[in-house]
Amino acid sequence: MIRILRQIFRTGIVTEPLHPDPETEIKEVGIRLEEAVRKRFRRSLTIRQVDAGSCNGCELEIHAMNNPIYNCERFGIHFTASPRFADMLLVTGPVTRNMEVALRRTYDATPLPKLVVAVGDCGCNGGIFGESYASLGGVDKVIPVDVYIPGCPPSPAALLNGILKAIS
Amino acid sequence: MSMLRDAIISAFGERARFDSSQHPAGVSSCLVPRDSFSEAAKVMKKSYALLAAEWATDETAFGRGFGIFSCYRWGSEYLIVRADVPADDPWFPSLTKRFVPAYRFERQIQSLMGITPVGIPDARPWIKFEDWPIDAWPLRKSFDASKPMPRIKGEYTWIRAEGEGVYEIPVGPVHAGIIEPGHFRFQAVGEDVINLEERLGYVHKGIEKRFETLSWREGARLAGRVSGDTTVAHSIAYSMALESMTGCRLPERAQWLRALFLERERIANHLGDIGAICNDAAFAFMLYQLSRLKELMLVTNRRLFGHRFIMDRVKPGGVTVDIDAAGKEEIRAEMESLLKDFERLVTIYDENPSLEDRVRDTGILSPEKARELCVVGIVARASGLNLDCRIFNPFPPYDQHDRIELDVPVLISGDVHARVWVRIQEVRESVRIIRKILEDLPEGETSIPVEQPSPGVSGFAAVEGWRGEIIYWLQSGPQAEINRCMVRDPSSLNWIGLERAVLGNIVPDFPLCNKSFNQSYSGHDL
Repeated sequence: MIRILRQIFRTGIVTEPLHPDPETEIKEVGIRLEEAVRKRFRRSLTIRQVDAGSCNGCELEIHAMNNPIYNCERFGIHFTASPRFADMLLVTGPVTRNMEVALRRTYDATPLPKLVVAVGDCGCNGGIFGESYASLGGVDKVIPVDVYIPGCPPSPAALLNGILKAIS
Repeated sequence: MSMLRDAIISAFGERARFDSSQHPAGVSSCLVPRDSFSEAAKVMKKSYALLAAEWATDETAFGRGFGIFSCYRWGSEYLIVRADVPADDPWFPSLTKRFVPAYRFERQIQSLMGITPVGIPDARPWIKFEDWPIDAWPLRKSFDASKPMPRIKGEYTWIRAEGEGVYEIPVGPVHAGIIEPGHFRFQAVGEDVINLEERLGYVHKGIEKRFETLSWREGARLAGRVSGDTTVAHSIAYSMALESMTGCRLPERAQWLRALFLERERIANHLGDIGAICNDAAFAFMLYQLSRLKELMLVTNRRLFGHRFIMDRVKPGGVTVDIDAAGKEEIRAEMESLLKDFERLVTIYDENPSLEDRVRDTGILSPEKARELCVVGIVARASGLNLDCRIFNPFPPYDQHDRIELDVPVLISGDVHARVWVRIQEVRESVRIIRKILEDLPEGETSIPVEQPSPGVSGFAAVEGWRGEIIYWLQSGPQAEINRCMVRDPSSLNWIGLERAVLGNIVPDFPLCNKSFNQSYSGHDL
């Protein structure tokens, strides 16, 4: 136990200061995001992530949003297991033929009002997989999309930016 | 060493014809009569070989019918056995009785290429869902892949268990976390799992068919997106298969840089996995600590190589980025501080009795079963199988044993703990390899131009990604285009291992077992 505590104190809070990558405008995005979540979602924006056929690259970055460095929970963003609690669906693509029905059902199970954010180049337009017998292309081919976040995969900062765009 | 080749020659004699269009030279390919396809498997089994892959090709472009292929591995030797299948009589003898994992490959061949495996005990479609038209065989050349398919009515028969107190739990395809989709169906009595049936194919994007419409150069981009977490290893495997066909010799620096990327990918994924496994045993501390270490690596990747996962930085003919002295110094310092933190966390993992209680003796895949199921990679090494392409099928710098002595951990307990411990050891190994690479990195070019391969040749490559052995087999068509690109992610073999490992465990331990395997859905479904 003493080792665990020691490691925790040694590590400290890594979330602040935001890491020095000049490209990352997390700080600025975060403040605006927190404000929007507070105002419009009573401090809690609940997201259900759906992988509708991605290569798992986008999932890694969505995971990274939850790591202690980006720590998206501090802005009031929370990932839920059930679409029934969700305010927003974060969908990665391309939507495969075999996932189409499951995606539609997830969408239908999400209560109104709901937001849909398409993540990654493939989620936006099918990306390198395009449209074929197995891939239907972008998420908007199957369910209505509010905001698109391009990138292969989009960085955690881009993801937070996209979510901010969707709720403001 | 050519044990398998000799075994085939002595068993088949004149009936087996060796083929010189298969590259690289170390991988032999022989043509046997269709009726003897499973006899060859028997010979291979007797020689202690393991099945590495089985696939089919449509060779109508060459004026032939189909080709059916099986690939065996023993030590450092790979042998491909091929049989011709006439287009008007598409069947081949099933290998499932000799090698268990063949049944997944064969169901896939039947579903996507429309060639019937005769004698397969389970002929249900795989990846092809019940609502696909029955005559839709997308890997056939006659199939128009650009058009969407109509949905038909159909049903999938599940394996059922009945009796007092038996109940069923369906899970997925949309899982509870941020993960890929797949369906699992448990039959349980009380808390004990008596059967687990996987159903995959939800993320089938038609990758293998897509390769056939791309140029050789564009193919590398697609290979980097077969499984996003293994982008480096997949691009290396694709590039090496292509390079073997064109006979180009890479500059050493390019190869060493590839190894550097490969090891960085391995560390990053292992760190994430170890944390996630502990998190599934309700020890979130490790997840946050390790995901911090992982994130720091990704940030360095972005700064030095321009991409957090080093995607698209490996191309046929070499790599697209280089490293300078300052970059080397940065990685060296990063490795040092990473290892320091990592070792502290390993001690905490090792000394935590409540964690130990969850991970030890959970989800055991015995060495016998592991052999029978021909699993690869970390799963194999945790179950006593000493398999690692970096040792048995190395590319530089791994083949320079005097400079990089590779020490691959092999454990025999086959439980969740063993799979964690193999990862822990591999992180240490990879840190050591990275330091060596930085020390001895040869000077020179980072890439050379790659020519088009000649028509009608095939190339093979096996690369040890962080999950395990990745195999690419490429075939050029009559116009030197991509006629077939076979991708075998380690997940194609290891998913079956999970089905076995879960048996007899309690339902709440499934997430733990699953995470300790952490197989790719996308790499399997293709």
